[in-house]
Amino acid sequence: MVQLADPIMRLSKRKANQTNFIQKTAIAIAILLFASAFFAPLIVPFDPLDQSLLSRLRPPLGFERFAVGHWAGTDELGRDVLSRALHGMRLTLSLAFAGAVIGLLIGGTLGLIAGLRQGWAEDAIMSLVDMQIAIPFTLVALLILSLMGSSLTVLVMVLGIAGWEQYARIVRAEVRRLSALPFIEAAWTAGAGPIYIAWRHVLPNLISPLVVQFTLALSNIVILESTLSFLGLGVQPPQPSLGSMVGLGRDYMPTAPWIVLVPAALIMALTFSVQILGDWLRDRADVRLRDR
Amino acid sequence: MNLSPLNSPVLSVRDLHVAFGDTEAVHGLSFDIHRGETLALVGESGSGKSATALSILRLIEREGGRIASGEIRINGTQPAEITTLGASQLRALRGDRIAMIFQEPMTSLNPVMTIGAQICETLSLHLGLRGRAAHDAALTALERVKIPDPERRLNQYPHELSGGLRQRVMIAMALTCEPEVLIADEPTTALDVTTQAEILKLIASLQKDMGMAVLFITHDLGVVDEIADRVVVLKDGCKVEEGFTSTLFAAPNAPYTKELMAASPRLGEGAPVPLNVTETVLRVRNLTTAYGGGLFSRQSAVAAVSDVSIELGRGETLGLVGESGCGKSTLARSIMRLVEPSAGEIELRGHRIDGLSRAALKPHRADIQMVFQDPYASLNPRMSIRDVVTEPAFLHGLVDYQGRRDLALDLLSRVGLTSDAVDRFAHQFSGGQRQRICIARALSVKPKIIVADEAVSALDVSNARRITELLADIQQRDGVSMLFISHDIAVVERVSHRIAVMLKGEIVETGPTGQVLNNPQHAYTKRLLSAVPRLDRAQAVSGTSGIRSLAPALSAVIALNGGASYDRTLDEYKFDGY
Repeated sequence: MVQLADPIMRLSKRKANQTNFIQKTAIAIAILLFASAFFAPLIVPFDPLDQSLLSRLRPPLGFERFAVGHWAGTDELGRDVLSRALHGMRLTLSLAFAGAVIGLLIGGTLGLIAGLRQGWAEDAIMSLVDMQIAIPFTLVALLILSLMGSSLTVLVMVLGIAGWEQYARIVRAEVRRLSALPFIEAAWTAGAGPIYIAWRHVLPNLISPLVVQFTLALSNIVILESTLSFLGLGVQPPQPSLGSMVGLGRDYMPTAPWIVLVPAALIMALTFSVQILGDWLRDRADVRLRDR
Repeated sequence: MNLSPLNSPVLSVRDLHVAFGDTEAVHGLSFDIHRGETLALVGESGSGKSATALSILRLIEREGGRIASGEIRINGTQPAEITTLGASQLRALRGDRIAMIFQEPMTSLNPVMTIGAQICETLSLHLGLRGRAAHDAALTALERVKIPDPERRLNQYPHELSGGLRQRVMIAMALTCEPEVLIADEPTTALDVTTQAEILKLIASLQKDMGMAVLFITHDLGVVDEIADRVVVLKDGCKVEEGFTSTLFAAPNAPYTKELMAASPRLGEGAPVPLNVTETVLRVRNLTTAYGGGLFSRQSAVAAVSDVSIELGRGETLGLVGESGCGKSTLARSIMRLVEPSAGEIELRGHRIDGLSRAALKPHRADIQMVFQDPYASLNPRMSIRDVVTEPAFLHGLVDYQGRRDLALDLLSRVGLTSDAVDRFAHQFSGGQRQRICIARALSVKPKIIVADEAVSALDVSNARRITELLADIQQRDGVSMLFISHDIAVVERVSHRIAVMLKGEIVETGPTGQVLNNPQHAYTKRLLSAVPRLDRAQAVSGTSGIRSLAPALSAVIALNGGASYDRTLDEYKFDGY
C-alpha cells in the first residue's frame, strides 16, 4: 500500500492544540500594548508635546531626582517619556498595519496573478520580486524619502512596498502547489470557474501562510520605521514615534538612557508578541488542528 | 530450501512491544526467521509491520517510537541482543549483518551522488575497501543484481535509472556485506507488476545463492504467495496467525486472514458478464494528447496519448489497464478536459465536447465526474464535508444554499457514511472514508459517467474491496457507466465488463474482460498477465514451496472458466465492514 503520510496529522500529534504559557504571555502583552496604543490619548498623564524646561531629563520612578507623575522620566525638553512612547507606539502601529496591508494587497494580487497565469506575466512579476530582493530596501527607502520628502503618506507607501515581494513569493508558490492538487481539479470538473476556484478553494488555503507573513511583515515594518526615523527620514519631530524617539534620544544615551530604553523596550515587546500571536492565529485558523 | 526446525533461528523476536508516545503499536509480537528462509509479515497499514521492521534495526527511535519491552536476538556468528546494543555496536550491525531495502527507491538513494559513489561508500564503511578494490567490488555488486551494463551505471545518477533499476541498486547496496538477515519493507509496492515480478525473482534467487534470511513486509497476499515460505499475519499490532504459506493459504484459521484473502484481488476471480450495450454514452475517436512542443519550444511534443479510440456503453464499466506512464491518466484527464487534447473527438451522449469553451462545457460537466487517486489531496482541507459533497450540484444550480445539508446527508448515506460526517472536515476521515466522500461528491450531480482514476490504489485491500463494491452497487442502482483506470489488472477484472490495455499511449488490446484475460492477443497483455502475483490455491495445496516459477500461469485462469469456482469461495467469506 502506498503510505500517504499526512504531515498535518503528525504535526498535531506532536503539538497538542492548546495555547501554551508563552503564547498566553505573548497574547496578554499584545493586548496590553494594542490597548494602550489605541487609548493613548485617554490614558497618558501628559500631552506628549508639552515641554517643561524646569523638569528636563528627569529619571524614571525609583531614581534620584524623580519628578512626580513622570513615571518613565522626561526627555531633554522636559516632555513625559511615557506619554510620548505610548503616542509613538500608536503612530508606529498604525504605520505598520497600513504598511503590512498595502504590502499584502500588492504582493498578494501580483503573486496570485503570477501563480495562476504562466508566461510573460509571471516572468515580469518574478523579475520584479528578484530585483527587490537583490537591492537593500533601506537604501531605496532613503532615496524615495529624500526625493519626495518625508510626509506620512509617502512613509506609509514606502513601508507598504517594503515587504510586498515576500507576499508575492509565498502566494505564487502556494497557488502553484494548490492548482496541481486533485481537489482543485475536482472543482474544475465540477464546472467551477476561475474566480470561484480562487475565492473558494485557493484563498482559504492561503490564509495560514499569509497570517504568518503578515505578522513577520508587521514586525519588520516596525523596525524599518524605527530605522528611518532614527536616520531622520521617518516621522518628523515633534511628533513622536517609537523609532524617532530612539533616534532623537541617542545623544543623551550616557546621561539619560531611559529616553531610548523605554521606546526600544516597546519595540522589542511589540515584535515579539506580534510574532507569537501570528503563530497562534495560524493554528487557530487551521481547521485541521481543531479537535479531532 | 532448508527449513529444518532443528536449525536455530538467525533472528528471533520475543514478546516485542513497540510504542509511539502513549500508544502501543505492536503488542507482544514473537517470531523466528531461519537461515535461507523467507518470512512474510503481512498486514494492512497501521498493523505495525513497519514498526516491527524498524525495531529490528533499532531505527524506530528515529521515527519517534521506542521498544517498550521484548527481545530481538540475532544468532549466527556473533549472537547479540539488539535491544540492548549501544550506538556504535548498532552501526556495525546495520548494513553488515542486517540490511534493509525500502519501498521508495527514488528517495532512498542520494540524488547528487553517482550510483558507484554510493555503493563504494557502503563498502568503505563496512569492509574498509578503497579505490580500485571498492570500484571492483561495486561492479561485482551490480552484476550480482543483474543490472545490464554495470560499468556505465556506476557513473550514473539515480534519476537516470528507472524505478526497477533503482530498486536493484538498493538491493545491491544492501547485499554488499552479505548480511545474515535482509529486511525488505514493501520493496515492490512502488513498482509496476512486470518490474515487481523481476525484482521478486531476483530476491528469491539471491537468497538461494547467499542463504540469507529474508523478512519480507508487504500488504499484498499475491506477493506473499510468490515469495514467502512462512507467513505472519498482523492486525492492529497483534499476530493473528502464523504458518507455512502453502498451508495457511489453503486453510486459513483466523477470521481476519480469511477476510484479507477474500478482499485481495485475484486474477481469474471472475468478471461481470458483458452487457448488451444499447446506448453509447461516451465515444472517443482518435484522441491524441501531447505535452510540450509549441512554437518556441526547443523540444518536440511528446504524445502521452496517441490515436486512442474507446467507447463506453450505458451502465457499462470499461477497465483501462497499463503500467505507470502509459498515458492512462492523461487519457482520463483529456476526456475530463483537464488537459487539452491535441487532436481527436470526444463525444459525450451525442455531443462533441472537445473544443468547447469553458462556459459551453459546463452543462456537460454534470454528465461526467471523476474520482481521483489520492484521497488525501482530493478534498479541500478547509471545506466542511457538506460543502465538499454538494459543491458540484451547487455549481450546477441543482441545489440552493438551504438544501445543501439535506442533499449532503442523502449523498453520504448512499456511500455508507453516517450523518455526523456532514459537519466535519476532511482530515477527520481515513483514506477509505475520504474516497467515499469523493464518490459522494461525484454522485451529487447524478452523472451518467464516473471516471475512476486509480481510485482504490492508495487504499488497503479490504478498503479497496469495499470501494469497488460500492461503485458496483451504484452502477447497478443508477445505471452509471464507469471508466475504471488501474495498474492492477486483478482489480480491473473484478469490476469491468470490458478491458482496454494501454501501452505507451496507445490501446493495444480491447475486448470483453473474460476474453482479454483468458485469451490475450497482444504480447504485452500476455506479459502483463504473467507478471501478476497471485494467490494460487491450487498450487499452494500441492505443497510447492521455495522459488516458484514466475512463468505465465494463465492455464490456471483458463481452467477456472471465467472464475466460477472462485466466486463460490468468495461468498463464504462475505464480511460486513469491521
